[in-house]
Amino acid sequence: MKTSTSTSFKNNFPLSLQETEVAEEKVIPLGGLKPHISVRNLNISYGSQRILKNVSIDIPNKKITAIIGPSGCGKTTLLKTFNRLIESADGINIDGEVLVDGENIYGNDVEVTHIRKKMGLLSQRPMPLPMSIFDNIAYGMRIHGIRKKALLQEKVEHYLRQASLWEEVKDRLHHPATKLSIGQQQRLCLARGLAVEPEIILGDEPTSALDPISSQRIEEKFVELKKDYTVIMVTHILRQARRIADYIIFMWLGEIVEHGPAQELLENPKEEMTREYVKGVIS
Amino acid sequence: MFWRKFEERLFNLLIRVATLIIVGCLFIIVLTILVKGFPAMSWDMVSRIPSGGFYLGKEGGVLNAIIGSLYLGLGASIFSLVLSIPIVVYINIYSRSTSRFAQFIRISLDILYGIPSIVYGAFGFVLMIAFGLKVSLLAGIITVGLLVLPIMARTMDEVIRTIPKELGDASLSLGATKWETAMKVIMRQAFPGVLTAILLGFGRAVGDAASVIFTTGFTDNIPTSVLQPAATLPLAIFFQLGSPIKEVVDRAYASSLILTVIILIISISSRLLFKRFNKNVIK
Ligand SMILES: Nc1ncnc2c1ncn2[C@@H]1O[C@H](COP(=O)(O)OP(=O)(O)O)[C@@H](O)[C@H]1O
Ligand SMILES: [Mg+2]
Repeated sequence: MKTSTSTSFKNNFPLSLQETEVAEEKVIPLGGLKPHISVRNLNISYGSQRILKNVSIDIPNKKITAIIGPSGCGKTTLLKTFNRLIESADGINIDGEVLVDGENIYGNDVEVTHIRKKMGLLSQRPMPLPMSIFDNIAYGMRIHGIRKKALLQEKVEHYLRQASLWEEVKDRLHHPATKLSIGQQQRLCLARGLAVEPEIILGDEPTSALDPISSQRIEEKFVELKKDYTVIMVTHILRQARRIADYIIFMWLGEIVEHGPAQELLENPKEEMTREYVKGVIS
Repeated sequence: MFWRKFEERLFNLLIRVATLIIVGCLFIIVLTILVKGFPAMSWDMVSRIPSGGFYLGKEGGVLNAIIGSLYLGLGASIFSLVLSIPIVVYINIYSRSTSRFAQFIRISLDILYGIPSIVYGAFGFVLMIAFGLKVSLLAGIITVGLLVLPIMARTMDEVIRTIPKELGDASLSLGATKWETAMKVIMRQAFPGVLTAILLGFGRAVGDAASVIFTTGFTDNIPTSVLQPAATLPLAIFFQLGSPIKEVVDRAYASSLILTVIILIISISSRLLFKRFNKNVIK
């Protein structure tokens, strides 16, 4: 295996397929960075329609990675392969490997709930559970065996604070979560995801239904969270990627056209297609 | 121009006629039951079982049929619910909602829905012979439960199908199992609709006459065990209506009034419960 002597982020990405032999995945000396998720030769199709074509990519640990590309290119599909939510789609075929912390999550004896617990998901439209604000946060913790009331209360407060929602809801914890504004709902979903103590935060255009101020708060949260979490966000807003992403994956018709550190990809794209997309010629 | 105006007028007319027929029918039925039933109503009717000369116009009431119908309605609803929930959860959450198997179940239920209740009665009778069961409340509960099953299951199915897939995904992505997702999130979201389904089923169970003739039988006593036969209001009405004695025929109307009030109480409480449980639900 090739070891790079350079310690700069820039020189260590993109990791190409040869550099990351699956067998010796565990630690890749990339200036102290290791990939958190590695996708290897992933093919996904619905019936005969191919959605992802031979995708191989490494997602850096504790960075914000943005997946960009035109609508329908497979961004959501790629994101959903990370926590195996893709499995529940109709007539889907999945072929390839997705390694999280070096473990192939599509392996035979993998517990799917264990994989999903590692990742929090923010969807395009916030989806509060049909229960109170408190129970929304406590739901995941209860499922994973936390029963003590005092502990639940303490943790609910902690995660609501972490999502900057506590002050707004502390007096109505037992009101239905649906009464919250959309922006608050999205922060509630973030708190709910954080409450199961994941390592990775997935966002599928998490700000697209929100007003500008709520969007900004989510963006700020993401920047804060990357200290402790790997953040992967699908976005169709190029400016958003520019503002907060450290690493960018550009997709087109089910293929990864280019990926690299954000600044480099945005300012100095290698591929013609990326250049056009970044300039706004194609969208 | 003329033609289009004519079309518009014709359709307006049709709407009015249709509305008139619907409202008119309801009005006439309720009026008839009230006018003819009210004078024959008495405390005895709802508090006593038939005694000596009841069917000749003398003392007694239809408490036997009221209690019998409620037992039957309750038993059949529970029996049907116990079968409906696994079916509905399976076709919507375990298998994919659009899978061939799910469609097959749906079509089967729709066909069952169209089968006349007298056929259920005959089928129930055949089952009784096969299992050596006598005419009894139990036989009635099983037969009427099967009669109600397609209504209940399909109503629930339609409610669950309108729930966005992302809601289930939100729960799954927290590491919940399918069962936890089905019971704690989907059923909760569907609860108002499930309640409606149960009450629809209950209403049908309480009101059906043809399926109980051979299975539940008729008796002047209140059953004390599920292995005893039971009276039901629809059959009580049927027998009384056939009498040549005026007092008895009037009692048929009073019994109809009782049945109508029971159905009314069920629909009103279902509305109220729907409102009460609808507040947590996402929209
Ligand atoms: N359930 C599905 N069945 C069939 N095709 C689907 C399904 N979901 C998505 N697709 C197709 O997969 C492609 C990629 O979809 P998606 O990953 O949602 O794209 P993006 O998120 O980039 O807009 C699209 O062409 C879409 O039509
Ligand atoms: Mg998408």
